Parts: sequence; C-alpha cells; structure tokens
Amino acid sequence: MATTMITTLDRSSRAAARGLSDISIRNLFIIPTVLFLIVFNIFPLIYSLGYSFTDFRASTNAPANFVGLQNYRDLLNDPFVWNNFAITAKYVIVSVAGQLFVGFGVAMLLNRDIPLKGLLTTLLLLPMMLSMAVVGLFWKLLYDPSWGVINYFLGLGNFEWLADPKMALYAVALTDIWMWSPFVMLLSLAGLSAVPKHLYEAAAIDRAGPFYTFFRITLPLVAPILMIAVIFRTMEAFKTFDLAYILTSQPTAELISIRLYKMAFQEWQTGRSCALAYIVLIMVLAITNIYVKYLNKVKER
Amino acid sequence: MRKLVTSVLAGIGLTLACGTSVYAQEKSLTIFWAEWDPANYLQELGNEYEKETGVKITVETTPWSDFQTKAFTEFNAHGDAYDMVVGDSQWLGAGSTGGHYVDLTDFFNKHKLGEVMAPATVKYYAEYPGGSSKYWAIPLEGDAVGWSYRKDWFEDPKEKEAFKAKYGYDLDVPKDFKALRDIAEFFYRPDQKRYGIAIYTDNSYDAMAMGFENALFSYGGELGDYSTYKVDGFINSDKAVAALDAYKELYKFTPPGWAKSFFVEDNQAITENLAAMSMNYFAFFPSLINEASNPNAKNTGFFANPPGPDGDQFAALGGQGISIVSYSQKQEEATKFLEWFIKDETQKKWAALGGYTCSAAVLKSPEFQNATPYNKAFYETMFKVKDFWAVPEYAELLQQLNQRVYPYMIGGEGTAKETLDALAADWNATFKKYGRGQ
Repeated sequence: MATTMITTLDRSSRAAARGLSDISIRNLFIIPTVLFLIVFNIFPLIYSLGYSFTDFRASTNAPANFVGLQNYRDLLNDPFVWNNFAITAKYVIVSVAGQLFVGFGVAMLLNRDIPLKGLLTTLLLLPMMLSMAVVGLFWKLLYDPSWGVINYFLGLGNFEWLADPKMALYAVALTDIWMWSPFVMLLSLAGLSAVPKHLYEAAAIDRAGPFYTFFRITLPLVAPILMIAVIFRTMEAFKTFDLAYILTSQPTAELISIRLYKMAFQEWQTGRSCALAYIVLIMVLAITNIYVKYLNKVKER
Repeated sequence: MRKLVTSVLAGIGLTLACGTSVYAQEKSLTIFWAEWDPANYLQELGNEYEKETGVKITVETTPWSDFQTKAFTEFNAHGDAYDMVVGDSQWLGAGSTGGHYVDLTDFFNKHKLGEVMAPATVKYYAEYPGGSSKYWAIPLEGDAVGWSYRKDWFEDPKEKEAFKAKYGYDLDVPKDFKALRDIAEFFYRPDQKRYGIAIYTDNSYDAMAMGFENALFSYGGELGDYSTYKVDGFINSDKAVAALDAYKELYKFTPPGWAKSFFVEDNQAITENLAAMSMNYFAFFPSLINEASNPNAKNTGFFANPPGPDGDQFAALGGQGISIVSYSQKQEEATKFLEWFIKDETQKKWAALGGYTCSAAVLKSPEFQNATPYNKAFYETMFKVKDFWAVPEYAELLQQLNQRVYPYMIGGEGTAKETLDALAADWNATFKKYGRGQ
C-alpha cells in the first residue's frame, strides 16, 4: 500500500514538474553544482598545485619554469615564514581559548532562569553578525590612544594597543574574542540545554558539590559540542586575515594569511605563494584531523 | 512567424547596441590612477580635452592601499579596462619588462622630452633601465617629500626665547637634520598633547622606505649601486647606519600610536594640532592650505627636506609618469592625448589646476613658484630627489626593507648596523635570485 502511495506521489510530482523525469530533476540540480565545484574549486586547486612547482610571476609575461620542490624548500627554510606560523599559532591559541572561556562562561550564566533571557541572548549574538571590516575599523577607533574609549574607561592614558609590537597581536585576538565568543556561547547553550535534568537531580540527592557536578556531569556531556566549536573556530582563526590587516601593520601581528596575501598580490611571487598556500592547507587539514579524532574519542566515552 | 519577427528585432537591437558601444569606445579614454587630489585635477584637465576634441577622458581611481594590486591584476589579465595608467615610479621595471607598457622611446625623442621635462622626472618616471634611453612613460605628476610646520608655534616669542636658551641658536625652519631633531624634541610635550614631529612609519607598501630615504640620502647614504646592483657597502654603510639612527631618533618625538602612519596621518598631525612639523609628499599639501580641511591653514608653513651632517640635501621621490597600457585597443587615441598633454599651454593649465607639472620651464617660472606657499620648496626639492629601486622585483625589496627596518624603528630590536647588514643580505639574495649584477 505504501509503495502504491509513493508511486502515486512520484507521478504527481513528475506531473508538477511538467514532464521532467526524476533523473532530469536530479541532474538539473546536481550537474550545475558539480560543474561549479569543478570550475571554481577543483580546477583552481589543481592548477595552483601545478604553479607551486614553478617560478611563475603573474606580473610578468614570462612563462612558468618548473623548479621542482624549490619553492617548498625555500619557504620551509625561510625564518620569516616560520615566524609568521609562530605568530599564527599564538594567535589561534589565545583567540580560541579566549572564545571558549568567555563563550562557555556566558552560556553557563544564561543557562538558568533569568529575566529577559531571550533578549539578552539575542543582544549578545550581535557582534558575530557584523562584518569583519566594520568590526576592525570600529575597534581601531576604540583602541586609539588619543581618542579611544578603552584607554579612557580603563584609565590607561596613552597606552598603545595596536602600535606596541608586544601588544598588537593580543589586541587583535581580543577583538576576535569579542566577535566570536557569542558563537561558542550559542553552541554551548545548545549543549547545556541537552543535558538531562535528572542527572543534576541525582547529583543533588547525592549531595554532590557544584565543582563535582560541573566536572563530572556538565563538562563531559557538553564536551563533544564544545569540540565542534573549537574545530570551527580554530579553522577560522588560522585563516584570519581581514581583522589583523585592518587593525595593525605590526610585524608581530603578521599572520600567515597576511604574508600569503602580500606574497601573492603585492610581490607577485605567484608560484611561491601557491606553495605557501598548500603548506597552510596541509597544516589546517592536519590540525582538523587531530581535532576530529579527539572528538570521536570524546563521543565514544 | 512571431518567433522570427522577435529574433530579427533582437538581432537589430543587438547590432545597434554593439555599434553604439564601438562608437562610444572610440571617443573615450580611461586613465587609471590612485584616489587623491591630483587625480581630480587630471579629470578637470581631461574635461578640457573633451571640449577641444570630443574625446571623453575618464580618470578612474582606487584607494592607494589597493592601487598596485588592482593595476597589476588588470595587467596580468591582459585587460583593456584602462588605456593609460599613471603608475608609480617603482613600477617601471615590472611594467616595461612585463610587456604591460607601450614603448614610448620614439614619442619621447620626437618631442625632445628629455630636454623639456625636469631631469629627475625623466630619470625616475620614464626611463628603464636607468641610462638605457628607453622610455615607458611621460612624466605627469612630479612629487617628492617635503615638510609642513606650525608657523604660529615657531614664531611665538616665548617659544623662541626658550628654544634659544636651551639649544643656543634661533628657532627657525630647520637648517639641517640636527636642528630638525632638536625642534622635534623641543616641542615634544605629551602632558600638553603636543608632539614634536610626524614621520612615515607604516610598514605596508613603500611608506617606511619613502620616510627613511629622506634621512638616508641627506646623510650621504645610498640604497645601492643602480647599475651593478651592489648593495653591500651602500645600504649598510656608516652613513646609512647614522641615517637610520637619526630617523629612529625622530620617532621618539612623534604622537602616541604613531607606528602605522603614512600620508593621511601626517596631514592630520597638522590639522589636529598634534605636531610641530610633519613629513609628507607635496601632493598632499593642497589640503593644508585649505581652511575648510585645515583649521590651521593660515599658520602652516612649508620647507624642503633639510641637509644632513655633511651638507648633502636630497629627498625621496614620489610622483608618477603616465604610460599607455599595451593591452589598450585605443593606443593611437591615447598617444594623441599625450601629445596634447605635453604642450606648454597644457602643462601651464595642469600646474594652475594644482597638478605638479614636470615641465622644467613651468617649474622655473615665477608664476608657478609663487602660486602656493609650498611651490618654491617643491621646485627646490625636485632637483634633489632620489628614488627606490625600479626593478621588476621592487615589491620584494620593499617587503624586505619593511621586515628589517620596522622592527628596529618601532620595536627597538637590534641595532641600526645589524638591521642594515641583514637588509643588505636580503637584497643581495633577491638580486642573485633574479640574476642581477652576477
């Protein structure tokens, strides 16, 4: 009977599609998508891989010469590039840890009965809805030592957030934390609301303290969703460009994405920048794989 | 039948549209330049050309920050969106060897532009390689780095007295780099939110290079030997080291947060009462004598980059030449525009609009030199300018300079000698990579 129903529905849907078959409809959606992916993703990926083994410079009309692994060798022996990676690693750690701490902390506070909870949650989500460029320009003004409100409220005088080589990276990370903690908060709230209430009731009956409850019930159950937040934010933080580019030009805040941009579009070292892009890609894939493996382990517990 | 009629009508429409488009293309030229006042002046000049010839000139602009990227993206795509480009002097090598610029040597020689234009503008805006007598651009906007200062602060009798008591000589427009440093120190008063000096410190593109060069050249230093590409013993010479130390010394007297400053911020230093003296390209000075953009316009004076300890006096070159893009479909029309542009009367109009003519005769004329409070300083400077490397890999050289000089200047890392030794090594490796001077 069910089979008959489905057949009937299929027939009517086919009719609605003015005689197009299921295969035609499927192809209509899938083929353009596949073509789009091939033209705009896969082809450039393979093409740029080819360029990464050449000395090609897009600013000249000279042909690309095959140089083998020279670009990769040069990049991996370049102390400036390693420095860019080190800066990026520091930025990712500070930024993601900060977002995790603030986002989860705020979610814990919101995960209770408080007045205007819905409005508060919506307002807290606003930063991540703004464009990166706007956030960058906005925070640049806030950090300004002469007329920025941060120094005014904190009584820091002419403290230089973005001009101080030691501070610039942390200032960028702080802005990123402000912008993306709401994302972690949102995921954490979803995780916290999914923790069965009876576990807390049982813990209360057993007179378990808040510390024990948090580390034995809340954290283990929310951990998988927190790991997803960490994966997303790590990948995003690793490729941060706009925020750092707008906020500061300090070499101590020159993330690998900025170096890549300069190499590709200011110095026109096309072949070498393709090689650097592949090194970055491999690194992101490796880090993500480690996270995913850890996530699977957490889920299995 | 209905389909047939529709197809025919569509075909006619398309033909007409294409015809109009082709007609319109023949009667228009697009010039690409960065977004600043001189580009507006060039548009006004282009409007004059349209009145005379019927050929519409459009000066398309983009912010300085992405000027280079946008221009070269179009060149690399062999696009014909721009018929002419007013490219930076450093682009000459990349533009000519990359095949992006039309060879204008015959045009240059036919019109004897080597004699008509100021020598420095021919050398730095048009010729590549240096001394080859091959020309790729027509000098269009002359420019160099000069200084603006607060006349009211300098002329205040109390300040003059205090300065004389402290330094033993009169407070006046600095006669040399030592006086520049002393005056900067004298006016550095953070408690009053007044600071001594505004200099270029940004490490993106050529800001740091253009700033440092003013000290380097006036201290008798050089970037290298342009003919042999030898840099060791030049960029890290004793004079270059002293120049870098002198430039870093000036940074001590800048306003707070001055670690990413270029032309916008340096004009703000004067308009917002921040600094006593401010370095900037002459092309940015018009807004400083305009009361609408500078409340201190009446109290703003100008001077040329001062000499160094041995009396050498030079300045970093700015400015650009105009080149015909080799991918343009309207090269003949563009050449006609250039022929009109180099005429004496056009050059006078260009100067009157606010553009910095490169015509030696116009520059020397009293009309030009008295037209603004800074034209005389500009004239003096344009005969004492030097420029950065114009080789195709100039962007890599700039990046290496930023990577070495910025951490020393702003972060205080290492010494001037270590910084410049490392820079010499970087540049050596880059020139070696591209087979120069080997």
